[in-house]
Amino acid sequence: MASFLSRRAEIIQAIRTFFINRGYLEVDTPIRLPCLIPEAHIETEQSSGWFLQTSPEMCMKRLLAAGHGRIFQICRCFRRNERGSRHLPEFTMLEWYRAGIDYVDLMAECGELLRFVADKVDCPDKSAAARLAQTDWEYLTVQQAFALHAPLSADRAVSGEAFDEMLVRYVEPSLGRRRPTFLHDYPAALGSLARLKNEDQRVAERFELYVDGLELANGFSELTDVDEQRQRFVRERASMEGQGRQPGPMPERFLAELGELQSAAGIALGVDRLVMLLCGARSIDEVVAFTPESL
Amino acid sequence: MYTASDLRKGLKVEIDGDPYIVTDFEFSKPGKGQALYRTRLKNMLTGNAFERTFRSNDKFQRAPLEERTMQFLYSQGDEFHFMDNKTFEQITITKEQLGDNINFLIDNMEVDILLFKERPIGVTLPNFVNLVVTKADPWAKGDTSGTDTKPVTVQTGYTLQVPPFIEEGDKLQIDTRTGQYLTRVKE
Repeated sequence: MASFLSRRAEIIQAIRTFFINRGYLEVDTPIRLPCLIPEAHIETEQSSGWFLQTSPEMCMKRLLAAGHGRIFQICRCFRRNERGSRHLPEFTMLEWYRAGIDYVDLMAECGELLRFVADKVDCPDKSAAARLAQTDWEYLTVQQAFALHAPLSADRAVSGEAFDEMLVRYVEPSLGRRRPTFLHDYPAALGSLARLKNEDQRVAERFELYVDGLELANGFSELTDVDEQRQRFVRERASMEGQGRQPGPMPERFLAELGELQSAAGIALGVDRLVMLLCGARSIDEVVAFTPESL
Repeated sequence: MYTASDLRKGLKVEIDGDPYIVTDFEFSKPGKGQALYRTRLKNMLTGNAFERTFRSNDKFQRAPLEERTMQFLYSQGDEFHFMDNKTFEQITITKEQLGDNINFLIDNMEVDILLFKERPIGVTLPNFVNLVVTKADPWAKGDTSGTDTKPVTVQTGYTLQVPPFIEEGDKLQIDTRTGQYLTRVKE
């Protein structure tokens, strides 16, 4: 049985306070949807012909396009077959979106959120809290991180279809050790919904946050080019079919409304993982009320 | 048939014709990336271990393993003969395959034999066996030279450390997993 339920509640409360103080609107969008954003490597859970959300991204970006410029949500997401010491097939996600900023501004705000939470909550893991409290977080591009930690360059890893293996085996364990690390500027092919960098079209304006080798959050400057987004969805769907999986219907309403979206950035942060970090939990099982196996 | 998502500690799978047991397992999935199933596998025939990462679409055969209770009949040279008391089928296991088990094996003992494609690959003895002491030096009273144990030899030829009061002809209970003396058994 989970041992950190009251800390978990405090952490979630602190997250809410942070966003409400900053004028963000808390939203709660449907978790059962007729179509999802196609993602090559996320398996979905069906529900009477519809799907359980794998993230609230689609609905939140529609709200953003409709003019809600600062929104956040804490909700349940479902990803089939994901189970390990850092994964649950049903987990809690924090997502927030903000109009008029890019991924650099968002990394800064992400840092402010985590420092606020670490300060507000009496964290059982003092060293993790102290690490978050620092202000000089590390910024590493994917290219730099591979050069530092992996036996081959990021480009060669991508072309050899070994990017994920190399990342998990060599790069991730070294990230965020002394201070939190933002890994940013991903190879373009690995940021399906992210805008490409103006100065260098080979990379996407996407980042991930790591603390103690634990991946906490994924954010990016939102792609707002409808045609480009449709092409990328077609590629993701083709990749799913190549794996023998049936892609669901194309999210047409989302694509239609994406045209209304001005520049914005958005991020997803694993709440269970943040609780793990601040409580010093070794397994995600310790920070939730029930695991699937205990039901 | 197993898929990668069935992988867990203790699962036995067949790879390239050999049976393997998963001794370590970790699921990883970098953000937006592929699911990776990182395992450490031990070959159940050779004992060799290695690490291997699998992806979602990888599939495995279940290792065709069967465990049968059999009785030890006799040994001839390096060959040890066992019989299934239900089917009266007999099999032979080599001294090498028995390993340390040979120290505790006595006539008519019932053991569990693990078979891979009808081939014996492992033997599990009962956790506790009773063996008779065949050779023990008398307890030299007042011997303060050393420790409070002495070596004795049991009927299988195995030598172990026991308390000084054990004598020839005593029956000892021994833990087959550690090879250590537990207690003297009174008849």
